[in-house]
Amino acid sequence: MAAGAASGGSARADTYKDARGWLLLPSWAVLGIFVLGPVCMMLIYSFLTKEFRGGVIWEPSLAAYDQFFFDRGLFGDEPPKLEWTYITIFWRSIWQAGAATLLSLLIGFPTAYFIATRPENVRPVWVFLITIPYWVNLLIRTVSMKFLLRDQGPLNDFLIGTGLIDSPIHIVNTNFAVQLGLFYSYLPFMVLPIYAAVERYNFSLSEAAADLYASKWTTLRRIVLPAVKPGVVAGCILVFVPSMGSFLAPDLLGGAKNFMIGSLIEEQFKGNAGNWPFGAAASMILLTMVLIILMFSARQQAKADKAGG
Amino acid sequence: MPGNKTDAIDVRNAVKRYGDFTALKRISLTIKDNEFFTLLGPSGCGKTTLLRMIAGFEDVTEGEILLFGDEIESLPPHQRPVNTVFQNYALFPHMTILDNVAFGLEMRGKSKSAARKRAGEMLELVQLSQFAARKPSQLSGGQQQRVALARALAPQPKVLLLDEPLSALDLKLRKQMQLELKHLQRETGITFIFVTHDQEEALTMSDRIAVMSAGEMQQLGTPTEIYEQPRNMFVADFIGETNLLEVSVDQVMNGRAVCHLGGGHALTCNSVDGIGAGAKVHMSVRPERLFMSDVPVEAESLKGRVAENIFVGTDISTLVDLAEGPQFIVRTSNSDRGNKRIFEPGSEIFVNMELGAGRLLMD
Amino acid sequence: MAHVNENIKTYKGFRAITLLCLVVLYAPLVIVTIYSFNASQSITNWEGLSFRWYADVFTGPESAKFKSAAFNSFTIAIMAATASTMIATLAATAMVRGGQFKMRTVSFGLISLPLMVPEIVTAVATLIFFNAIGFTRGYLTILVAHVAFCIPFAYLPISARMQGIEDSFEQAAMDLYATRRQAFTKILMPLMAPGIISGFLLAFIVSLDDFIITNFVKGAGVETLPTAIFGSVKQGIKPNIMAISTMLLSVSIVMVTISYFVSKSDSTK
Repeated sequence: MAAGAASGGSARADTYKDARGWLLLPSWAVLGIFVLGPVCMMLIYSFLTKEFRGGVIWEPSLAAYDQFFFDRGLFGDEPPKLEWTYITIFWRSIWQAGAATLLSLLIGFPTAYFIATRPENVRPVWVFLITIPYWVNLLIRTVSMKFLLRDQGPLNDFLIGTGLIDSPIHIVNTNFAVQLGLFYSYLPFMVLPIYAAVERYNFSLSEAAADLYASKWTTLRRIVLPAVKPGVVAGCILVFVPSMGSFLAPDLLGGAKNFMIGSLIEEQFKGNAGNWPFGAAASMILLTMVLIILMFSARQQAKADKAGG
Repeated sequence: MPGNKTDAIDVRNAVKRYGDFTALKRISLTIKDNEFFTLLGPSGCGKTTLLRMIAGFEDVTEGEILLFGDEIESLPPHQRPVNTVFQNYALFPHMTILDNVAFGLEMRGKSKSAARKRAGEMLELVQLSQFAARKPSQLSGGQQQRVALARALAPQPKVLLLDEPLSALDLKLRKQMQLELKHLQRETGITFIFVTHDQEEALTMSDRIAVMSAGEMQQLGTPTEIYEQPRNMFVADFIGETNLLEVSVDQVMNGRAVCHLGGGHALTCNSVDGIGAGAKVHMSVRPERLFMSDVPVEAESLKGRVAENIFVGTDISTLVDLAEGPQFIVRTSNSDRGNKRIFEPGSEIFVNMELGAGRLLMD
Repeated sequence: MAHVNENIKTYKGFRAITLLCLVVLYAPLVIVTIYSFNASQSITNWEGLSFRWYADVFTGPESAKFKSAAFNSFTIAIMAATASTMIATLAATAMVRGGQFKMRTVSFGLISLPLMVPEIVTAVATLIFFNAIGFTRGYLTILVAHVAFCIPFAYLPISARMQGIEDSFEQAAMDLYATRRQAFTKILMPLMAPGIISGFLLAFIVSLDDFIITNFVKGAGVETLPTAIFGSVKQGIKPNIMAISTMLLSVSIVMVTISYFVSKSDSTK
């Protein structure tokens, strides 16, 4: 019998109950002032008027959001039409992030499953191997990817050298290069939660399915997948969310044609051509989308927890 | 009200609440100096909470706790001269065995060398001197148990608290440690307060037992009192095995009661205070105080049919379906087979109660 | 878990996909490392092994820029990791040893906020914040921003470690006449050490690697290694960039490896 169970309410250790206010104060202060505060400030900025050399004029305005969604012609006096430019960029970001998530899932699920079915003592080594590249500077990884994939890069050299192709394949500056870059950036986020779920999975269930005449692939589809679904969902969200707002992969691997939200936002704050309220508004729209996805997933997770326990 | 200087622990009207949940409902009890005292009850009964309140790990919601006459309920744990043997031992994993045992002495201001010298003596007492330089993880469960004991006894506490210290050991080691603990308590003369859910353990080791359930004390007494004279249904059921019979009381006189079963069969048994004529209560009778015969031999004979005989080593348990009541267990010791009969399943027999074996219970 | 026949567990092809996955993850890093030793001026042709680009990083025309960027990067990473580790340790103590309290969920949300908000949004928000309060962007703004977003990275291993340490150790210490402060320094801290070291190292790497937020809050003239590298890469990938990248990725891999082995050495088991 655990001490916590016996004493009813004190399941959680409370040695520092009386000091927790002081202990939490530094983190509240730093994160409140330098993360939460700025996000609130950004919300305010998105409703201000732009200053032409960057910055804002403190006059309330809906211009930023108006510019995002509506086209009022060159001089702003035509009847508003739906503006597609920015919606297209957002849509492309969602699409690219979705494709990168799918790619990560297709590669990440078998990988996670394979690692989780290794002997217990070597599993941490596999996990470690998968996560190391994540800790290498994202910029360096993206640059390395670009270096590898260039028209005159080692990959094309190798393929031409082996006689598989005659002329280099153009990968850099395509959608696929961006997806590959995003996949490379966030793959561990897909592998780790699925790995954790598969590790908890009770493989006697697979045996039971096999005993009841299910083929191996049917077992995977009908028994294993439903059991590890929370891990799969978590992995997809962890890849999709940062992919959508990524800047480096589209900027370095995608080129001008494959503009994503990150680059759109970045552009608003560089040099004199920027439009701070518009950048703030675009950031708010991105943040709202992300929070909706996270809330949705939290609700799903809570539902799964309730069903499971 | 001033406390009695000779009582080791005096718990007065102690209440513990966690939000809406009341873990302890106004407990009062006195533990004498030099006593091996056991708090016994099923998990969640509040026994560990009470122990942790004495140690200082839980606040007391209401009431007082006195240690040799001094109020201690508002002192932090490190100012209370009581030590605890934890259920999982809680040996500091980064320290050697010797440093673990010396820890309390050092914290009490002893010099490092003096603390280590005394710790060495304590390790000798529990016969673990040769392991002094090892880390806890290199010791077996039984050895860790002894280290925890030595560590808690080293600073010579006024009271030693033991929170189910034997529950992680296997049966054989547990039996051995029960005796060792009892001896250690006699040798040191320190008051032990022992928490367990194992009634056999409690009966074996204790001078006195407090049986607890649902945050309330059900009975306080010596092991014999608790076993022979359970006060209520819970105690009778929790301690050992018992047979229960629903009866209506007709008459109570001089501690004896005349009652009858649903079918009208009359019985005489021991009564307890608070039960009067007309009450519908339960009567308890221990299985070893019953015997079987083919003709009724006592006034308290009940008709029944043998359902099954179960061989359990030292005894045989016979399940008997009573004509007027539930199924009874009759226990016949193998050494008693000369004068007590065993019947084949299906036999129509009488179950007889020894004189004074039946006892009425409060609900 | 009961022993389950390996044939039922394993799927054909999963091993191949895993190996492919490792190749994809490591190939770019390996290739860049190899090419950083290329003697050639051009990044396309291989002309033999040489350390010239490493020498170039330290003595070449851009060496002054790289040196100051490296100085900024490492000093900021050390300070930000130290500060965020201390803040995270205090927060973890409250969250893991503070009992049940109403603000617990809110606190956890706040601590993990930098992980939930897309980095570009945090970057924009921080830039706007410093602009709004009229704070000149530079070394200090980078440091402050790094302290903030490093907190969750330090917090996660530290709190995980603390959750793994039963509070009966501290209770035993206090039962044996240690004050709460003594129980913290003599018992909890030594047991926490692996978690704190991992937390520090992860925070250090995260700070060292950060590009997006730094790029927004750095102001003119102040560079860290990632922003300096990004600036150079915009004009094309040069061999000296591969040399500096190789050095930086080695630092990261060494630190992660240390962190891995430290967290594996578990004295409570």
